Amino acid sequence: MTGADAALLGFARALRAAGVDASTERVHAFLAAVDVLRPELRADVYWAGRLTLCGQRDDLDRYDRVFAAFFHGTGETPRRPVTVPRTPRPRLVARDAEGQARARDVQDAPPVPSLASSSEVLRHRDIAELSGPERAEVRRLLAALALRGQVRRSARRRPARRGEVDPHRTVRELLRRGGEPARLLRYARTEHPRRVVLLVDVSGSMAPYADALLRFAHAAVRGARTEVFTIGTRLTRVTRELSHRDPDLAMAAVASAVPDWRGGTRLGELLGAFLDRWGQRGMARGAIVVVLSDGWERGDPELLAEQMRRLHRLAHRVIWANPLKARPGYAPLAAGMAAALPSVDAFVEGHSLSALERLAAAVRGADDA
Amino acid sequence: MRARLEATGYLLDEGLAVACFLALRLHRPLFCEGDAGVGKTALASAFAEALDAPLIRLQCHEGIDASQALYDWDFPRQLLHLRAAEAAGVTDAARLEGELYDRRFLVARPLLRALETQPSVLLVDEIDRADDEFEAFLLELLSEFSVTIPELGTLRAEVPPVVVLTSNRTREVHDALKRRCLYHWFDHPDFARELAIVRRRLPGVSARLAEQVTALVQALRTHDLLKPPGVAETIDWAEALHALGADEVDAELAVTTLGSVLKYREDAERARGLDFAAVLATRGA
Repeated sequence: MTGADAALLGFARALRAAGVDASTERVHAFLAAVDVLRPELRADVYWAGRLTLCGQRDDLDRYDRVFAAFFHGTGETPRRPVTVPRTPRPRLVARDAEGQARARDVQDAPPVPSLASSSEVLRHRDIAELSGPERAEVRRLLAALALRGQVRRSARRRPARRGEVDPHRTVRELLRRGGEPARLLRYARTEHPRRVVLLVDVSGSMAPYADALLRFAHAAVRGARTEVFTIGTRLTRVTRELSHRDPDLAMAAVASAVPDWRGGTRLGELLGAFLDRWGQRGMARGAIVVVLSDGWERGDPELLAEQMRRLHRLAHRVIWANPLKARPGYAPLAAGMAAALPSVDAFVEGHSLSALERLAAAVRGADDA
Repeated sequence: MRARLEATGYLLDEGLAVACFLALRLHRPLFCEGDAGVGKTALASAFAEALDAPLIRLQCHEGIDASQALYDWDFPRQLLHLRAAEAAGVTDAARLEGELYDRRFLVARPLLRALETQPSVLLVDEIDRADDEFEAFLLELLSEFSVTIPELGTLRAEVPPVVVLTSNRTREVHDALKRRCLYHWFDHPDFARELAIVRRRLPGVSARLAEQVTALVQALRTHDLLKPPGVAETIDWAEALHALGADEVDAELAVTTLGSVLKYREDAERARGLDFAAVLATRGA
């Protein structure tokens, strides 16, 4: 019995190594479940584990893989716990981008010496052209940035001075005074910030900005009700990875979760994937959706236009932040950008700290953004 | 267990059968996720029928709170009682107080009703629509199967109800809640099982029609639609065609009744371009 339990525990450990969040409580439930089933049957062990150890759809694939590796051929007792090969961690894109930026700095030396650049000057500089120490300073400032969605009235009510009469509290007060008419107590609807969904482009053309934008996203995730996805050649949900408190740890987690750094962009297709899997079910409904991208579309611009129209019908507001918009002489001529613009409520820059602050203001619903 | 559930007309695959068995044996809530119309809610009704227990349903929505989900005091009746007591000249304040917060003035909402009714099946539908506060509140209830009412004390269910939670994944439900549940992901069924479900649900429909409709829906699902049709839509479609008096379906009839399966204009347009006749030909042979 203990031998079998040890095998099951080893299996749980292998699952954890593969990234399934099999906590102690879940493992406990797993053992209890196997106990009431027939542990000698592979299918029973499979379903017991799948039902108790997995917590979301993404876990199921990993579960199947680990289960096959762990119990393959050997029946119910594996000889040794299979160590799941860890995917080698991609290097932080921040470092790469920095190296690139530094190389550029050497070529056309910036007129402002990096030591003298106060945070005020720094705020307006293009992130792609910053040197190492400046970049660190911008990161520090970025971490303090807050992102809050525009508010809307919710169905929840809260005691208030003015508003409709709250029958529950009024009558309770009345009963407390033995039926003597008491003053009327009132309540009002509360206001909730809308959900904010950030879609961050991490393709090659956005590489100089990706790190700063993801740090911006990290600061945003600390406020509740924010979801972050990266788009490149694939769509990856990184909200969970970004929930680490420490920005550097969060960036490392994102770096290992996103498989498609610096690839091409298939904006239309991935936007469609986002809407199919999350957006239409409710994540985009009534939300503020921010696309952080330069609009270079490798795929069919018509598809992007169609998906943007779909997004616009679902979301409360669609904001597009394009770092290239600040470049002198920029016109939204990239096929993707031109196709998307008709469905965008606000088209803002996103190249510098102050531009990101303006973006945050646009998300909050300030009109002058 | 499986046999009893299937006797109610709800067909399960192996995983779901194990899930139901474990939910009953371990008294754990069953957390169901999957596309709309794959039978998440129907599972709870089947459960209720199989156990011969009442189904108590709580539809979640934003802003739902304890007074809508758990219990509430019947204030008008309390006031009436107070007035009546006054008229009768009752002056003992302590006794009056005790009477006012008596069980008979308590209005049981679905969750409390589920704890008090034994046995019962509690369906917490679309938990993802409720907000975080409500989730935290549900957490306590589902782990202890008890509830504390300040004026009355703690009520505990002797036999915990069977709990089925469903979610459409509009929002990731908090881990703390999921951890206490068994997690089951509902996939679209394969052809044979879907056909069996349609036959079971609609005994009046001809075998050929059921087969054709199932084949068409299975074909539709492989195309990139905004909202792939679920089993519920398959049943609707077969029922609609049956209501039109059809014993079999041809491409033309399929297109005209497409509205019962596809609910988006874009989907309907895309589907119109498909070759229904070809799908029917491969099945009809």
